[in-house]
Amino acid sequence: MESRNKKTVFLYLAPAIIISVIFLYLPIIINLFESFYSWGALSPKKSFVGLDNYVRMFKDKVFLVAVKNNLLFVIGSVTCQIGISLIIASVLEAKFMRKTQRFFQTVYFIPSLLMATVVGITFKMIYSPSLGIVNPMLKSLGVDTSHIDLLGNASSATLSIVGMSQWQYIGYTVILFLVAIQNISEDLYEAASIDGASPLKKFLYITLPQLKDTILINTIITVTGSIREYDEVFVTTNGGPGSSTETLATYLYKAGFKNDQMGYASAIAFFIFIITFLIGLLQMRSYHMEDNN
Amino acid sequence: MKNKSKAIPFICHVILGILAMLIIIPLFWMITTGFKSNKELFLSPFSLPDKWLFSNYIKAWKSGIGIYLKNSIVVTVAATALSTFISCLAAYPLSRLNFKTKRLSIYFIMGGLMLAPQSSVISLYKMMRITDLYNTTTGLVLIDAAFRVPFAVFLLMTFYKSISYSLDESAYIDGASTWQIFLKIIMPLSKPIIASCAIVSFRAVWNELLFANVLLESNSKKTVPVGLINLQGMTTTNWTVVVAGMVISSLPLVIAFLLLERQFVRGLTAGSVKG
Repeated sequence: MESRNKKTVFLYLAPAIIISVIFLYLPIIINLFESFYSWGALSPKKSFVGLDNYVRMFKDKVFLVAVKNNLLFVIGSVTCQIGISLIIASVLEAKFMRKTQRFFQTVYFIPSLLMATVVGITFKMIYSPSLGIVNPMLKSLGVDTSHIDLLGNASSATLSIVGMSQWQYIGYTVILFLVAIQNISEDLYEAASIDGASPLKKFLYITLPQLKDTILINTIITVTGSIREYDEVFVTTNGGPGSSTETLATYLYKAGFKNDQMGYASAIAFFIFIITFLIGLLQMRSYHMEDNN
Repeated sequence: MKNKSKAIPFICHVILGILAMLIIIPLFWMITTGFKSNKELFLSPFSLPDKWLFSNYIKAWKSGIGIYLKNSIVVTVAATALSTFISCLAAYPLSRLNFKTKRLSIYFIMGGLMLAPQSSVISLYKMMRITDLYNTTTGLVLIDAAFRVPFAVFLLMTFYKSISYSLDESAYIDGASTWQIFLKIIMPLSKPIIASCAIVSFRAVWNELLFANVLLESNSKKTVPVGLINLQGMTTTNWTVVVAGMVISSLPLVIAFLLLERQFVRGLTAGSVKG
């Protein structure tokens, strides 16, 4: 249908465009400029330093630790929230699960409704050697727990937070995949059954190819989420012990708001932007926005 | 063959059951700990409380949870309403009208999906300082709403496109304006997707931590996610009160989910299942 006039279209779009320009696009542009300066919110001095903040960033050991930790989040989350979730979802769709499917799906999903703060404080407590329940449980399985302090030891802290994150979100993607599997035509599976295909073959040759788009989009969302990781680390360890659990986002927060090195923090922020933007372009492509109408 | 056909379902149930236990144990611990005394927490972490201490909940409420909840409700309702309203408007021409800059506009609004809040937090902090919106609910609401718009527009656009165009055309022939078509035809038909959209935004804003942490300073304005961290810092000796506070803060969303499961699932899945 032809639009009546440009003014109408503009009135509908204006609020969304204006709010996006001011709060989504403008900050990124400001951030880019600010990353070329050395400045702080509390000090009046501001000097142009060119690319110094970026040079410093790639030489900064903590920054590299943060990148490594973000990668651990990516690996852990993709394995659990894509790989394992997909398997769980297809098992839940099996005929023999009909009666119990809803129970499992609801139980798995509930943690994803909780705030990251709630989950963080809860796990901080249950991981604690003095008041927690994880160490006593390991002990009852015969593990020597005298040296285990999951969040207190640099060697186990990051993985413990990654694990907590999986506890919270695995059920979320199970539901996403479950719904996607339910959307696959029943005929495909019936035809395969007639041909005598095993459940594994059906999974590999029907479920996986049919879910290609869903898997792609969820992988992108999971990967971007892991690169943006802030909440869980901030609540549990706030980057410690030492800098062992720092992620890009918690480190930028610390550099900017605790150490008042806003210019340096802006450089880290821009790094996050570039990486997530590039991955986001893939997401946009997979939404197939070109074939409008 | 017969044995095998029973064995597989059994094994699957056992594995899924263990996984369910792993999910339930921390939740169960959280709920029971909220009723325990601090001493019990340390000495018998697994057992049920000897005496169910409802006083923990009252203490948590009085130490600030009451105020934080009120703030969270204000921020979440306002940001959800604002972003949903703006998105309903924007999705209409983007899906049902033709104009020259349509594709550009779609890319512009959807492009917001690619922008990480973490990369804007410093600039937004500065912008809020300059405009005196720092430490105000208004500032937080505007920012939270803005970040919800791209996804909401995407959901609504996909749905609006599925509504038959002949409805608009016959209304147009009867002399209805675009505004009337939008209000009287599109909006009423879109109620379920608007509900899903609002739920998705609600969940995101309700749990939002980064902006709330950076942009709100006074204790009286803080939302639950930040407030809980405060509470934990203030009462380091009184863990069970903190846990009670966490249980209170989790209830609204969990109850809403159990009541509105269908809308929840529709909203959450719409973005990841190609529409």
